[in-house]
Amino acid sequence: MVISCEEVWREISNYLEGEVDASLRAAMEEHLRGCKHCTAVLDGMRNVVQLYGDERMFEVPLGFSHRLHRRLEENMPGNRRSFLGWMVAAAAAVLVAGSFEVARSSVFSRSELRSEHAQPGTGVPPDMMVVVSGDGKTFHAAGCPFIHDKAHIQTIQAREALRQGYAPCVRCMKKYLTA
Amino acid sequence: MPEEVTSLEHPAKPFNEEMLIQRIRNGEHDLFYELIRPYERRVYSTAFAILRNEADAEDVAQEAVLKALKHIRQFRAEARFSTWLTQITINEARMWRRKEHANLMEPIVDRQDEEGNYTPRDFADWREIPLETLERKEVRQKLAEALASLGEKYRETFVLRDMQHLSIEETAKALGISTASVKTRLLRARLMLRDLLTPGLGGSWSTKMFFAKGTKPW
Repeated sequence: MVISCEEVWREISNYLEGEVDASLRAAMEEHLRGCKHCTAVLDGMRNVVQLYGDERMFEVPLGFSHRLHRRLEENMPGNRRSFLGWMVAAAAAVLVAGSFEVARSSVFSRSELRSEHAQPGTGVPPDMMVVVSGDGKTFHAAGCPFIHDKAHIQTIQAREALRQGYAPCVRCMKKYLTA
Repeated sequence: MPEEVTSLEHPAKPFNEEMLIQRIRNGEHDLFYELIRPYERRVYSTAFAILRNEADAEDVAQEAVLKALKHIRQFRAEARFSTWLTQITINEARMWRRKEHANLMEPIVDRQDEEGNYTPRDFADWREIPLETLERKEVRQKLAEALASLGEKYRETFVLRDMQHLSIEETAKALGISTASVKTRLLRARLMLRDLLTPGLGGSWSTKMFFAKGTKPW
């Protein structure tokens, strides 16, 4: 089967998708071997698909995720109160247990929390090394699956993380929050 | 000596979206953050593909996510959550544009005849471009500009299929068009982008000149 350039162009996108049948594919490949123009079109199209398909093409504005979560918090149905209530209760329990050293170094001297969602972590040992990421709001134990933006992580002391307004991850730091 | 944490209470599990959605429906609303996290960028870029404006795209992305939260009970398990969310985002973006920017001019290419044949320009060979070039902001910028210059129907289709890697069927569903239309638009979008980018990316790669303004090849 001999096909023209026009026919190749019409099917070239499907060809890239692997969506042409065997005989058409063979005819197109035969044509491409002898046609510089069509080969250049195919190469160019392949480049386009590869470049745009790369994750790096997605750029979101700085702080996008943070602002999105804030809006979500404002709009969370009823559950939000009980979650906050639980966090407050946990914080209170820790205070009552007499962890004044921790309280002094974290709650009272901390800068503003990075998120309303985040609550002060009062039971976390201040010397423990934890992981934070630039635009994250919480600090984590190394290896926690909920670390946000793994490309930009930093390991610092819990004391310092709290001072910078990070709050403990409610998952990997759970045992300290409920202690 | 820093205390070492060697084990986690909840080791990483395969992400079970269906279960997450069920639990959110049963009242564990805080899990919605987890559900949405992998898709935040996608929602934004879908909105951006339609609106071509960062501020509008962010507003619409937020609205779309809020809507998904609000209507999570209406989500039907036979669709993928990502497709459903993309559909919501597209609807929100279209509504936004109609409401707020009804008078904005659409590029002239929107009126192009989809069925008509398109002749790709006869440029010299475009050798493979290493993906590392995407580290360069000006390259990403040029790619974004080229995409923004496409008519909306081509842009939407291209973004969903080639940037967000939805299948042809999912793209058709999200846009409410046939798979045949998806293929036609995809072909056209890819050809136009190739024509727009070849002079710059293929030839004068080392210079800052990619393609001169106002010289669209079609």
